[in-house]
Amino acid sequence: MLGLIIILGVVAAGIFAPYLAPNDPLKIDLNQRLLAPGKQFPLGTDHLGRCVLSRLIYGIRISLTTSFIVLFIIMTISIFVGTVSGYVGGKVDNLIMRLIDILLAFPGLILALAIAGMLGPSIMNVMIALAAVHWVGYARIIRGMVLSIKEKEYVLAARACGTTDGKIIFRHILPNIISPVIVLATLDMGHLIVSISGLSFLGLGAQPPVPEWGAMLNDGRPYMQVAPQLMLYPGIAILVVVLAFNLLGDGLRDVFDPKGTRRA
Amino acid sequence: MKGYLIKRVMYLIPVMLGVSIITFALINLVPGDPAEIILRAGGVEPTLEAVEVQREELGLNDPVYVRYGKWLWNILHLDFGQSFRTGHPVSQEIIDRFPATLELALAGMLVMLSVSFPVGILAAIYKNTVMDHLSRVVALLGASLPSFWLGLLLIYYLSVQLGLFPVMGRGGWSHRMLPALTLGLGMAATYARLLRASMVEVLGQDYIQAARARGLKERVVILQNALKNALLPVVTAFGMSFGHLLGGTVIVETVFAWPGMGKFLVDAIFNRDYPVVQGYVLFMAFVFVFANLAVDISYHFLDPRIRLERGRSG
Repeated sequence: MLGLIIILGVVAAGIFAPYLAPNDPLKIDLNQRLLAPGKQFPLGTDHLGRCVLSRLIYGIRISLTTSFIVLFIIMTISIFVGTVSGYVGGKVDNLIMRLIDILLAFPGLILALAIAGMLGPSIMNVMIALAAVHWVGYARIIRGMVLSIKEKEYVLAARACGTTDGKIIFRHILPNIISPVIVLATLDMGHLIVSISGLSFLGLGAQPPVPEWGAMLNDGRPYMQVAPQLMLYPGIAILVVVLAFNLLGDGLRDVFDPKGTRRA
Repeated sequence: MKGYLIKRVMYLIPVMLGVSIITFALINLVPGDPAEIILRAGGVEPTLEAVEVQREELGLNDPVYVRYGKWLWNILHLDFGQSFRTGHPVSQEIIDRFPATLELALAGMLVMLSVSFPVGILAAIYKNTVMDHLSRVVALLGASLPSFWLGLLLIYYLSVQLGLFPVMGRGGWSHRMLPALTLGLGMAATYARLLRASMVEVLGQDYIQAARARGLKERVVILQNALKNALLPVVTAFGMSFGHLLGGTVIVETVFAWPGMGKFLVDAIFNRDYPVVQGYVLFMAFVFVFANLAVDISYHFLDPRIRLERGRSG
């Protein structure tokens, strides 16, 4: 519950960023560099004199929208691939599973890093790279779920009545896998946010002057001694949002999966 | 066991072949002509003729399957190509830096083990006490903490403020401490909870009651009877998250300027040194696949049931 409240609050802050941010997040003022927190700049300014609080608030938009989009793409691909693989079975399933085995043979973050690196630094390329790598694990889990539901009596009954495959998939199978998938997705949101900001921290994601939390941390690094707040606040922002998604995911898991079969 | 092992290793061949195809294909993601990039990296103005000569030299004018065949042939001979930037063989560059990364990964694992084992076991023994709840909160925090930020915090508070450790670079144990903590603590949080859950389940089993009834010391029951059985799911999870550890080294090495392969990769990406990126990815996939094989084999020592089952079928 606490997780949901924090997330709703953060989303609202992101939506109403123009009203909440005290200053322009992109406005450079070299006379106001590295200021300590004060009246005009509640969290101080960065190395280019930009308002840290405003950048953090606008950063919500970047972090949350990019992670949501990546998650949406991952879900679309993995539900499609997993369902086809599990439902159709046979050679198709075999082929897809071999491809998944191959993709899972790469350490995920490293493959994502390489794809993003090859495509060149940009937030778009980071999103493409993460989506290309992350759908695989989900597809395998979803395939497993589809396989077990496929053999349930109600599906067999539907088939015996002459229900079309499409109807069976949309009416009987998908509704039954959607809640565990939502739990997994929520738990993975935090992971995606960390991955995106991590890649931005390395310089691969958001490019200046976009206010992105990971990139802000990296920008603040050289000024650690004179302005430690620069590397403190973006980190807290990431931590709070990720924590909120993990709390929400844990909560949802307890609701949807009371037996705790997947509890770690 | 032997039959199973042979089957398992044979299966790695098509997987690694697939891995090599994907790694080879990575170069196609690069915007622009690799020949032009090499020329620019070497400080040569990429005229049309120069590019054409370079393309011919690299074999870029061959059909894709010929190029892949040649590339794979070289890889099988441990020739990963030459770094665009330094001109040295990529395999040599990797070998030079691998020990530093391995050292970091092992140190991180040591931190992970020495934190997660005591915490996980104690949380299971003192289930639903203050200690258990505290460990849950800390684990949740640990799992949500981005490692690059943890690294910066450790540098700031322990190195800059207190001067306890060197800020960056590789050297003695004092250099290892902060990078190892950064790498290990996040994972320790997850494993402590996992071990706790597994221990709680095992401690409720009849054979534990039986062991206690036989008058065995509680320490013996927990460390010998319970822990051994509780380890299995933890080992499985570790095999799967070994990739996280490898990925984590990239970030930790960058934060601490640790002269390993991860930092080398990030530098290569920004220098558009593509053979290095390819070589690194292929090498890491190889390490990852074999680490998973090792985990699989270790089941046999941990769980006699699996050993017997596979012994019969394999």
